[in-house]
Amino acid sequence: MLGELEGTVVFRELLALFPTSWLERISSHPSSEAAEKTVTMSGFKLTSGSGRFERDANVQSSASGEPIRHTQRPMVTGSSVIAMRCVDGVVIGADTLASYGSMARFRKISRLHKATDMCVVGAGGDLSDFQQLTTMVDKETNRDYCFNDGHGLSPKAIHQYVARVMYNRRNKMDPLWNYVVIAGMQNGDDGEEAKPVLGLVDLVGTHFESEVIATGFGEYLGLPLLRKAYREDITVAEGKKVVEQIMKVLFYRDARTIDRVQIATVTKDGVDMGEPFKLETEWSYKAFVDGARAGDMSTW
Amino acid sequence: MFRNQYDTDITTYSPQGRLHQVEYAMEAVKQGSAVVGLRSNTHVVMATLKRSASELASHQKKLSVIDDHIGVAIAGLTADARVLSRFMRTECLNHKYVYEEPLALSRLALSVADKCQVSTQRASKRPYGVGLLIAGYDQTGPHLFQTCPSGNYYEYMAMAIGSRSQGAKTYLERTFEQYKDCSLEELTKHAVIALRETVSSSKDTELTSENTAVSIVGKGTKFTIYEDDEVKPYLAAIESDDTEPAADAPPADSTAMTDA
Repeated sequence: MLGELEGTVVFRELLALFPTSWLERISSHPSSEAAEKTVTMSGFKLTSGSGRFERDANVQSSASGEPIRHTQRPMVTGSSVIAMRCVDGVVIGADTLASYGSMARFRKISRLHKATDMCVVGAGGDLSDFQQLTTMVDKETNRDYCFNDGHGLSPKAIHQYVARVMYNRRNKMDPLWNYVVIAGMQNGDDGEEAKPVLGLVDLVGTHFESEVIATGFGEYLGLPLLRKAYREDITVAEGKKVVEQIMKVLFYRDARTIDRVQIATVTKDGVDMGEPFKLETEWSYKAFVDGARAGDMSTW
Repeated sequence: MFRNQYDTDITTYSPQGRLHQVEYAMEAVKQGSAVVGLRSNTHVVMATLKRSASELASHQKKLSVIDDHIGVAIAGLTADARVLSRFMRTECLNHKYVYEEPLALSRLALSVADKCQVSTQRASKRPYGVGLLIAGYDQTGPHLFQTCPSGNYYEYMAMAIGSRSQGAKTYLERTFEQYKDCSLEELTKHAVIALRETVSSSKDTELTSENTAVSIVGKGTKFTIYEDDEVKPYLAAIESDDTEPAADAPPADSTAMTDA
């Protein structure tokens, strides 16, 4: 009978049931003297008093025996996507680099994906998460194709779909680590003229439409330039030049980009994914040549 | 007691290759009071005949709103229809949540038909005893679908289901070619006249504002139900026709309808 056993004996028996690594974690914890005040849960440690979440160092090193959460930080990443909505279509551009940390690991990948005949999806952030996302979008469009009933996903529908996916993953505390740009032509109701649409979804599901969008480093350096160049009557031909110019500025200043870019356009005639091309660069500017050595105010 | 020995189980075929339970379910649709639906290039109109269980009871609703752009008319077991209606509303809502766009009619009709089919193939289920006319307007224009307990579904220019619907079908078959370019007024008039064909054979009933309901959906028009006082203008429109000798004469062409 249970009542005949000493309480401590029962406790020891119970301890023997748990893996020893659990006990080590409690005892080897930096703040083990305050062990009763520290609770470790799913990769975060909650310490009473500090009121802050800190990453549990044990988790990333995996020394604790817990799984490493590869998917909760970006690994192979893309940088900027630059896009502008014009009067007759949308322009969206990105470089063709996927970095592995600071290494320029994959130099000829595409970060733009043709989702439908009237929609391009581009992304910065984790490349494998973007591949996962494009697979999901392709599954949707493929299903529409199989129905063969004349219905398909509009750019706005894809925008909303991606937002739902991203928000859902955020709620699982396992986001797809991307800033996703959706560019397309939206068919009007009852044969009205198609309208250009440009939208963004971020890794927590925030979604909005805007006339100019930039992600990654371009959010800092590209967005002001996009806003300066934007006019209500700007055409796709002009927009392409603006995007190329901004990609060039980013190449001069962003350490995670290369001089090979792809610029896609969506007009009433459909998607033109554009061929990747090398940016023309000029390095003989005075600031570039002796900026660093001149000991001037600039960081160059 | 049993009509034959092959109808106690839905999944058992008769030697003639028929599923009797499914056929009985199809029969239940024919017991329900009639509904008619017809469409032009811009609108879909449905007209329904409501029954009341007794003098003291209200009339049973036959039309329900599924979404802004879709509505259904039912014939058969009302309780089953409510289940299917709720299913359709959920489908529309989910689609709107994920894509921020209204669900296409063909997709909705397909998912309802698939749901009906499942219950013809499982021993633990019974078929839905209800037929639906699904009317709506989507990206590809106005549509009218019919679903059956058997899991079949069809798209129509004009269709009538329910008891004595043959009379309405005959009228629709005679006149459907002109619906395409009909105005909304002409279309509703055709709908109500077709519905009247289902009651004219029994002497004791006629279309009244209590037992008639009309629905309209189309380009720029959300699915709207007209009943009681709101349906009176539509009944009045066909009554004024009765004075014209051409009213019931086939085929009443559209210009004659406007003149009347």
